[in-house]
Amino acid sequence: MARVVVDVMLKPEILDPQGQAVQRALPRLGFEGIAGVRQGKRFELEVEGPVDDAALARVHEMAETFLANTVIEDFTVRVETDADTVATTGTESGVRS
Amino acid sequence: MTPGPSPAATRHERPAGRGNIRVGVVTFPGTLDDRDTQRAVRLAGLEAVPLWHRDKDLKQVDAVVLPGGFSYGDYLRAGAISRFSPVMETVVEQAKAGMPVLGICNGFQVLTETHLLPGAMLRNNHLHFICRDQRLRVENADTAWTADYAAGQEISVPLKNIDGRYVADERTLDELEAEGRVAFRYLDGNPNGSLRDIAGITNAAGNVVGLMPHPEHAVEPLIGTGRTDGLGFFTSLLKKLVKAS
Repeated sequence: MARVVVDVMLKPEILDPQGQAVQRALPRLGFEGIAGVRQGKRFELEVEGPVDDAALARVHEMAETFLANTVIEDFTVRVETDADTVATTGTESGVRS
Repeated sequence: MTPGPSPAATRHERPAGRGNIRVGVVTFPGTLDDRDTQRAVRLAGLEAVPLWHRDKDLKQVDAVVLPGGFSYGDYLRAGAISRFSPVMETVVEQAKAGMPVLGICNGFQVLTETHLLPGAMLRNNHLHFICRDQRLRVENADTAWTADYAAGQEISVPLKNIDGRYVADERTLDELEAEGRVAFRYLDGNPNGSLRDIAGITNAAGNVVGLMPHPEHAVEPLIGTGRTDGLGFFTSLLKKLVKAS
């Protein structure tokens, strides 16, 4: 069964106080040299059947209408194969004016 | 008994004596403030009609309130799953046809997720849940839910949330300001980082209003703020719907 990964991130211009809180904690824990942290969401979808263009189009639609709120978030869609090799077909950003 | 409305009259044209106006209050799984909202509706002299999230039928109501709480556990994003519930299909359809809809707190989040109102709600900038009495300025006293206030009037109602930071892109914010669609603004300090101190907004037609603070918790002198500043939301409805008939 193929896995499709949807990554959802706040748009760059949107303040991410959770990411900032993580960043501020890093030096205290001995992790130096991190200039910025942004926190996002990762969805792993186990897709039944072949991951063809039609299936990816459905995932894209799902991400745009539900998994991400495109008013504040961008998303990317990519296919992950059984091995750790990652194919980057269908990577797109959901951007709405 | 007075004769009922003529069969030709739509429900928005119903001759509206007090108690004649039916206000639906939606309950989603995880909703907390539905009972308080029903009570506020009744205190305003209107009839409260409970609506269930799985039921598309709005039971002939004249207006709908989406109350506060944590519908569907706020999973994914606050309001993201509630938006797709059967009742919302009808609410969105009716709101576009002009029916008054008020979203309070989680209800406001649902309204932004449906895109009936622009922008989105995010985690408070300080990351803490906040619960306090909040002073607001009513910026637009011409909506279905604010007609009983005066523009510029200051009110105090409870605020309680963690995802209360209103955001929208600059163009949308400028549009909201230019069109007078910022309905409420925070006073005495911005509690959550909301852009331009926005506490609530309205759609262009003025029938759909959303805000984070809770007017339904400020309708009786004995509880909450000790004031009844929130009652005007519900009595406004009376004024608007009667005027429309």
